[in-house]
Amino acid sequence: MADFVMPILGADMEAGTLVAWRKQPGEHVARGDIVAEVETEKGLIEVEIFTSGVIERLLVEPGTKVPVGTVLAIVREEGVAPEAAAASTPVAAPPQAAAEAGRLRVSPAARKLAAERGVDLADVRPTGPRGAITLEDVQRAALRPTPAVDRFARMRQTIAAAMARSKREIPHYYLSTAIDMYRVTTWLAAANQQRAVADRLLPAVLLIKAVALALRAVPELNAVWAEGRVVRRDAIHVGVAISLRQGGLVSPALHNTDRQSLDELMRNLRDLVARARAGTLRSSELSDPTITVTNIGDQGVDSIFGIIYPPQVAIVGFGKIVERPWSVDGQIVSRPALTATLSGDHRVSDGHRGGRFLTAVDRLLQEPERL
Amino acid sequence: MTKDEIKATVLRLLGDVAPEADLTRLKPDVGFRDQLDIDSMDFLNFVIALHETLHVDIPESDYAQVATLTRCVDHLAALLAGKSLTAS
Repeated sequence: MADFVMPILGADMEAGTLVAWRKQPGEHVARGDIVAEVETEKGLIEVEIFTSGVIERLLVEPGTKVPVGTVLAIVREEGVAPEAAAASTPVAAPPQAAAEAGRLRVSPAARKLAAERGVDLADVRPTGPRGAITLEDVQRAALRPTPAVDRFARMRQTIAAAMARSKREIPHYYLSTAIDMYRVTTWLAAANQQRAVADRLLPAVLLIKAVALALRAVPELNAVWAEGRVVRRDAIHVGVAISLRQGGLVSPALHNTDRQSLDELMRNLRDLVARARAGTLRSSELSDPTITVTNIGDQGVDSIFGIIYPPQVAIVGFGKIVERPWSVDGQIVSRPALTATLSGDHRVSDGHRGGRFLTAVDRLLQEPERL
Repeated sequence: MTKDEIKATVLRLLGDVAPEADLTRLKPDVGFRDQLDIDSMDFLNFVIALHETLHVDIPESDYAQVATLTRCVDHLAALLAGKSLTAS
């Protein structure tokens, strides 16, 4: 048997609210299937499973807030005989969770809407039969300004906790370099001229791909810091900082970033931004990045020295592309350029390796056609 | 399409891209990106939406022509007038 637990979706996450089950006892699940929806400060997260088998029992009722690591369901792995009457075992919240959140009677539609609008069900006045919260109750509660403010405040608190922990625990080092973007902008302009408008690429996609390929050259930066030691990762999942409409940000992963073509990355980045802002990210997207790219040039900023999001080990910042004086073949010319920065975890790497990484990013961007 | 109809379409599509924005306060001659909290992905989505809704092609080199409400409406009106002339 395997446990399906409330995942930790960031170093700052302590608990999550189970919103809905996507699978029921007796249903077959495969690795990567979405089994549950969980509400966190980062929005509604679709939680994937990483075991193949059959759902044996569901242990937590929707609407229950439980700490990370709490067993939500039992999964019978392939080839294991079922427990007696397993599929008909009634769903029951663990005593700790039930005591914490109570037994709210909520329709599934109301529960989903509450998660989408950031409405805390404990604050909703029920008008349904036997004290049930109806869809209309949630709609009324969603019109009150307080929940959205609370949700924004919770996200700020979450970011504050993660960033304070990062500054407290991670010995950052900082590097920067100016990168000539002439070849990138020239190649991109020509490439986009040949493309349908919906297929155009943004410079950010080339920057993200360059970071992913540079991680192959400097694998020390493709790691997490866990339980007092560095844990290298093989797969390259670059996180992308995405600002949210009402404030705050998330940094979900573009999975297997180094293996995606620029077109695939563009499609997936657009999808990721849309889902991040709609609050429908997947659990692995929040837990898998080892490094984050923050591209703040859009806001007119020259450079950014980011704070590492634990347990990641680095963050790469890109400023805006601007014309700068540049020396080419002994002549001073005007070139589009940007400042790339690296904030690295000194427990994991040092300036020497960090410098090699930024140099690799620069080198890769000089051959955009090969990205 | 009249310019008023084009303007209404532009505002609707901007509203889709930046749903939290108060478009009633949009200054017509100030850049969208300076007034609305939109980034390059949002702006590209806006250009895509213009293309899909009005069937006009806006190359990257013309992005400045659709960067404010006034310029955007004027540019789209010219593009649509050109299309109707071609069609006739």
